[in-house]
Formats: sequence, C-alpha cells, structure tokens
Amino acid sequence: MHETMSNEPRKAIALISGGLDSMLAARLVMDQGVHVEGINFFTGFCVEGHTHAIRKKDRKKQKRNNALWVAEQLGIKLHIVDVIEEYKQVLLNPVHGYGQHMNPCLDCKGFMVRKAYEWIQANGFDFIITGEVMGQRPMSQRRDTMPVVARESGAGDLLLRPLCAQHLPATLPEREGWVQREKLLDFHGRSRKPQMALAKQYGFSDYAQPAGGCCFLTDANYSAKLVDLWKARGERDYTFDDIILLKIGRHLRPSPGFKMIIAREEGESRFLAGYRYRYTSLDPQSHAGPLVLLDGNPAADDLQLAARITARYSQGRDAETVDIQVTDPQGTSRTLTVSPIPASEVLPEWHV
Amino acid sequence: MTAAHHQLDARHLLCPLPVIRTQDFVQTLQAGDILVVLCTDPGAINDIPAWSRINGHQVLETSEHDGEIRITIKVCSPDTGNPAE
Ligand code: SF4
Repeated sequence: MHETMSNEPRKAIALISGGLDSMLAARLVMDQGVHVEGINFFTGFCVEGHTHAIRKKDRKKQKRNNALWVAEQLGIKLHIVDVIEEYKQVLLNPVHGYGQHMNPCLDCKGFMVRKAYEWIQANGFDFIITGEVMGQRPMSQRRDTMPVVARESGAGDLLLRPLCAQHLPATLPEREGWVQREKLLDFHGRSRKPQMALAKQYGFSDYAQPAGGCCFLTDANYSAKLVDLWKARGERDYTFDDIILLKIGRHLRPSPGFKMIIAREEGESRFLAGYRYRYTSLDPQSHAGPLVLLDGNPAADDLQLAARITARYSQGRDAETVDIQVTDPQGTSRTLTVSPIPASEVLPEWHV
Repeated sequence: MTAAHHQLDARHLLCPLPVIRTQDFVQTLQAGDILVVLCTDPGAINDIPAWSRINGHQVLETSEHDGEIRITIKVCSPDTGNPAE
C-alpha cells in the first residue's frame, strides 16, 4: 500500500461515468480533503459523444463528453481508458449473466472496479470511489451484490461508495479516518430525489441524465441488434466497427445472409460513407436517398432485393425505376436500375 | 531548450478515442512540447480542449478545414501547469 506523508492528502480515484451519481460521490470525498482524480472506461457501448455527433438533428445540441464535463465541473483530472478489447470477455462470458437486456452489469462493475484497483496500485493512490446507490439498479446495486463487486474486483474494503456508505460495513478509508463516515450518505432505492437535491445544493445543473443506464447494452433495440448479429454470423463475437454501426441507422435483415444498414438522414449517410471501404454500399443516383451498407455476404439476387429496398427509402419510392449505384469494398461500382419494392412487401420481421 | 513538435493522426476515430489517443501520446512527451492532433469526429473540437483544460495543458489553436480538425496543444508540466522553458 502506498505510504503517504502525514500532511499529504490521501488520494482516491473516482469512477466517473458522466452521470450525476458518480459526480456527487467524487465531490463528497473531495469535500473531505482527499485528492480525487477521475477514471472513465470506454467499452465501445458507452452512450457518448459520437452518436450525438452523427445525427443531424442533434447538431445544435452541444456535443460534449459527459465524463470530461463532470471532471471539469469538479476541477479534477480525468483518465480515460480504452477497454474495448478487454471488455469482450465481460460481455461475451459474464459469470453473473445479463440484466434485462444484454447488459452484464454485475460483471461489468466488477471489471471496472478491478481496472481501477490495478490503476491505484500502479499510481500510488489509496482507494476507489464509485457512485453506486444501494437498491438503485436491479442487478449490480443490491445489498447482496454490492459485496460481490468489492470481492471479485480484488478491491475489497478499498472500495468506498460515499452515497450509501452508511448502509454498508465501514471500509478501510473510513476505519483509518481518511474520510469521516458520518459525513457520508445513506441513499438507497430508486428515487432520484436525494441526488437531485444534493446536486442543487452543490450548484450542479445541466448534468446528464441517461434514462436506462450508462451504456447501450441496457437498450432493448440495441440488444436485439447485437443478438441478431451473433445469430446471423453463427458466433458470438464483434469488432469495434460492428458495435458502432449497431447504433446507427435503420437495420433490416431481408434474408439470413445479409443485413442492410440504412441511413435515416444526411448526417448518418455521411457517417456510413466512412465505412464504404469495408462494406458493399448502395447509393441512389436518380433520386435523393439514403446511403445503405450491406453487412454479410449478399448474393446477386440479394443485391437486386437490397437495391429495390433502398429505392423504397429514397425520394423515388413512387417512381417507375430508380438507379442505385452499388459499390463493393474495393471501390468497383455499377448501377442497377430497379423498381422500388412496394411498402407492403417490406416485411415487419425484416426490421431488426 | 527548443520544443519538440509532434503530430498525432486521430482521423476517422470516433470520440472519445481521439481524446484517449491524445492523452496516451501526451504521456510520452515533455513539458513544452507541441502536439498537433488531426481528427475528423466533430466531438473532438470540444473534447480535446476540455481534456487539455482539466489536465493543465494549453490549447494554442484549433481549426477546421474540409471536415478535418487540427488542434495544437502545448504540453505543460502535470503538477505546475507550466510549460517548461
Ligand atoms: S449499464 Fe452498461 S456500463 Fe453500466 S454497469 Fe451495466 S453493463 Fe456496465
């Protein structure tokens, strides 16, 4: 354990998700004279900047990374760690299974706290802070699962949850007097009111309030697309591009062999255009319309069908024919002239 | 001491990856060094300066041309926030 000179403040790393709870937890401990820095893990599933940046209608909204914003409000450093590769094991083989959707929250929390634990050992910090609130989340924040995170991460009693510490056994930072337990809180349950009141007291406004959780894996539609991808490929695996593309566009699977990713507006078309070197793409020429990427191995018949569907989503949907440029990943293009598929033939089950 | 000039190509990376690459690269640099980051994700224009502010580095210039963003950072000493001269 790191030895601190008696007059030097103790050091803690706070897991910063970008939401309110972790922000408050960090602040509570800072108020006790502890030196706090933030750590944020990027799994690839985080609800973060790029998705806002892509869609045109969101353009007016300030594009910000919430974790950076929180750190700046708190006046602390933030370390952002790329865990995309390592996270695969967490998502693909969670020991504790999934929550309501494909969210492996308990394993995920354990993983992040373990990474934070490794970080404090490498950087001479004393303990770890999270914004967990007992009873707030059905999976990872229950009385019986909170000790699991502490135990399985290896952090043990170096893991402090300031927002609900009073409901938990005293941790080392409390027993050693690095923080005063009496000044920590007793939040519990699903109500957000105490957090909002505390935020007001601190003068925090304009903080992010993600609906479900901190990542796309708690989203039903996103999870369905992820499961569809695994099913279609016959294996549970993914690349970074895969999981980013699941966040974008309309996804249609007209046959088991291929999937269409159809831009919903200009911003998405522009974004998808950046993937043309990896996927076959379809681009209406005679009429305005979305850029479409094909994932999988489309046969010649499939291309014809995909072109007709693309035409349906273009301004030429009522025209006799629409010219669709089909470009393979090597950049070779040809034009298919097709009749748009009637709306009634776009089967509901194609929508992923 | 003359400052070393470096360039980081973070084009086509999505946020927060340009920030992460910048952070990791800056860790290898000396106070006073100049780093030019090239990126294409529009989020980077806010995120990299925000990251620089909270970590005590100085953004000298940002510019955007044809969808390509250039951010010039002066690396400062982590503890004092001062560039070494
Ligand atoms: S919501 Fe996502 S990031 Fe948050 S704990 Fe669950 S799996 Fe992890």
